[in-house]
Amino acid sequence: MTEKLELAQNAVGRMVPAMVNGKPQIPYLGVGQFQPRGRKSAPPVRSSKHYPADGDKRVPDLETALRKCGLRDGMVISNHHHLRDGDRVALLALQAAARIGVKDLMWFPSASFPSQKGAIELMENGIIHHIEGSMNGPLGDYCTQGRMRGMGVLRSHGGRWQAIQDGDVHIDIAVIAAPTADSFGNADGSHGKSACGSLGFALADSTYADHVIVVTDNLVPFPCIPWQIQGNNVDFVVELDSIGDPAKIVSGTTQITRSPDRLRIAEYVARFLRETGIMRNGFSFQAGAGGIALAFVDYLRRMMKEDGVKARFVRGGSTKYLVEMLQEGLTDYILDGQTFDLDGVRSIAADPRHVATSPFTSYNYHGKGNFASMVDAVVLGATEVDVQFNANVVTHSDGRLLHGIGGWQNCLASRCAILAVPAFRDRIPVIVDQVTTLTGPGELIDVVVTERGIAINPRRQDLLDAVKNSALPIRPIQDIKAEVERICGGKPARPKLGDRPVAVVKWVDGTVLDTVWQVV
Amino acid sequence: MTDGQSTAEAGHYGKEVRSDLHVSVEPRDGGGLELNLESRVQLYYGEAILAQTRQVLASLGVKHAKIAIHDEGALPFVIAARLEAAAKRAALAAGKNALPDPASPAAPPTARDRLRRSRLYLPGSEPKYFINAGLHGPDAIILDLEDSVHHAEKDAARILVRNALRALDFGACERMVRINQLPLGLQDLAEIIPETPDVVLVPKVERPEQVGEVDRVIHELKSRHGIDRPIWIMPILESATGVENAFAIAAVSPLVCSVTIGLEDYTADLGVAKTAEGRESLYARTRLVNAARAAGVQAIDSVFGDVGDMDGLRRWGQGSRALGFEGMGCIHPAQIRVIHHAFAPSPVEVEKALKIVAAFEEAQQRGLAVVSLGSKMIDPPVVERARKLVARARQMGELSPP
Repeated sequence: MTEKLELAQNAVGRMVPAMVNGKPQIPYLGVGQFQPRGRKSAPPVRSSKHYPADGDKRVPDLETALRKCGLRDGMVISNHHHLRDGDRVALLALQAAARIGVKDLMWFPSASFPSQKGAIELMENGIIHHIEGSMNGPLGDYCTQGRMRGMGVLRSHGGRWQAIQDGDVHIDIAVIAAPTADSFGNADGSHGKSACGSLGFALADSTYADHVIVVTDNLVPFPCIPWQIQGNNVDFVVELDSIGDPAKIVSGTTQITRSPDRLRIAEYVARFLRETGIMRNGFSFQAGAGGIALAFVDYLRRMMKEDGVKARFVRGGSTKYLVEMLQEGLTDYILDGQTFDLDGVRSIAADPRHVATSPFTSYNYHGKGNFASMVDAVVLGATEVDVQFNANVVTHSDGRLLHGIGGWQNCLASRCAILAVPAFRDRIPVIVDQVTTLTGPGELIDVVVTERGIAINPRRQDLLDAVKNSALPIRPIQDIKAEVERICGGKPARPKLGDRPVAVVKWVDGTVLDTVWQVV
Repeated sequence: MTDGQSTAEAGHYGKEVRSDLHVSVEPRDGGGLELNLESRVQLYYGEAILAQTRQVLASLGVKHAKIAIHDEGALPFVIAARLEAAAKRAALAAGKNALPDPASPAAPPTARDRLRRSRLYLPGSEPKYFINAGLHGPDAIILDLEDSVHHAEKDAARILVRNALRALDFGACERMVRINQLPLGLQDLAEIIPETPDVVLVPKVERPEQVGEVDRVIHELKSRHGIDRPIWIMPILESATGVENAFAIAAVSPLVCSVTIGLEDYTADLGVAKTAEGRESLYARTRLVNAARAAGVQAIDSVFGDVGDMDGLRRWGQGSRALGFEGMGCIHPAQIRVIHHAFAPSPVEVEKALKIVAAFEEAQQRGLAVVSLGSKMIDPPVVERARKLVARARQMGELSPP
């Protein structure tokens, strides 16, 4: 890092860098306090004159495509992560760039995965300057050890759209892995041997990047139906034998947790929704694909059947469990952001009530509203939560990067944001005095559900009133914390963090919420 | 190193191990303590683990040794137990122990005729299952020192279970320990009685004298340790002989609160297969119910072994209750709710019993000798049964208090 380190204190007292990768930053001002101005960013105007009239935009390989896009030193290359840990395209594109001989690229994936650890070598030999996007596993360690030249920038799915749309990040070349595409560049994720469901994360890249390359292993004659990615935004199409490892793109079946403690947490969450009356005809909810979330969906579904209640929509990450609810008539629609298992992939391909959404419709804070705030309840995880209900989802308690933010921050806009977490992991309490890395402000987190009790944010008197006569173990968050500290033999020591920022956590409006410090 | 002392270890570690630790103790003649710690929670509790280790070794009188610990996030009561077990295996610390801080407040004593619908078995060598067991709401938890503990682990499990009784809060659960068959079980008693379990389960009982001996040893240990709260005995009958002696066993001591049956061993003794219908054990089970009733104690059924078969469990529980059992064992928390439901009186039964009790109370008020409901006369035993059922339904939370 060449820039001089200058820190500013944001509205919640966190010290954040004033400059990140050469760009001035706005420290977090509070929920809804930052007012964006100006017009949206846009790609250059093109003419059909420069594209084949027969619509055939194929080129032989990625290297050719990158050259034709004018790849130069310092450019920004983006990828989506719908193929998850099975993705082959991102690394192939970066390696092709390495063969071309360019330096100092910024890699801008919507998320990175452990199988992409080859990016470390590309950073070591100067091809990639830094990564902006979630990092965990080997890439996360590389970043938190302070070995990356630039600073990591962690954004939510909605925040990534916001950054692209507002011009905070300008994508030079988007390389979009497509399970099905035609030679014009229309593309979709719901069919093909590498089918992954929705391609929503790539929509911003396809509409805002200067150049767009679609890479597919299932080329179909025009038209590719449906076309979530429109060929009119696409410069080149590259055919590969395989864009990814199907076994790692979707799981065969996502598994409900078998841990009695976690099942207990899941059941508490479902009962909470039932007893507060949130579970009612026409309601909506969102839960992820983690073990507790899946079990929650299973309990809620049984309760909905018992009470004869039907949801208007559920938000995916879709899994077999949501698909079954759709088929059983327990919900009218699945609004799907990403598709986690084979049942989800089959359903989104076949059932018009299973709809692919994007971060624009679901999560973008700098839009004319988004779906997240219209969801009645969302069930999320966290690594730590403090007594003010602030939560950390991106780092371990020791400061190492653990998870991307995903849609987590965006989902906090829900009418009832619930963290479903074990009270302690191994011996480490989850409820702490102060979170290591602030990812979500406590004013947006309404309920913390653990196996030892349910804590409701005192700001939500309405929820406290709703469960006043319930048999659920509603307890002050400090009580649960004190009990866990008794069990664990005292408060954990706070690990010492370094004084050098290695990444920043952006809030949904692009301001800087917190800093990830080098792990010493 | 003095005679008999050699390097010893206790506990478990590895990627799959949770909430436990492994310790090796190498006795030395001098040079003080050399501590070596690798812990999954090093950053957060590394110092605390080392401090506790020094404290535990001091109470055990271990002054010179090389100690290597692999910790997988063990809680303090486990750390103390594993250190003590390793030190004793190394022939250090004989006659000494290192007790963890007691749970506060201490669990209150339990009544002889308490509700005992479900008792959750917890293998005595697996601390990870202990910690949250009480949260799942069984009527009792059983810390097992017998069949779920490998023979080579009996000494370490005994110490671990002792510490768990002392340090863990099991909520409203009755705290039971299944000891080993006598005479090994006598060593278990010596270790655990000072930490006042509510019930001692005695396995493979065949003769009343065996219960008598346990009764005597419990009395001795209680008076030695100044304990005056009750510690009940639940004999487990697991053989044809045991079943034949059921009444004598149930009636031998006023400390017996209930008798139960172990069907795996019983069917093995008969040389028949154990089935989900249980016809092969019907005689033994009804005999046990009758003996228990005659002795004025509870009859408690065996466990249902198929954790995946909730319908089978429900049928078994309902059948059990119909035979006169008041509860059964469980081997997974998921079984608890099904069992409680199976042993609960049905709403129809409760409603009828309430009517009978109301008629009885009305007759009392009006000074009538005969209780009648509509045109039917109600016999005194029927009234008594109805009163018991209403009281039980209240205990089970199936009926709100009057």
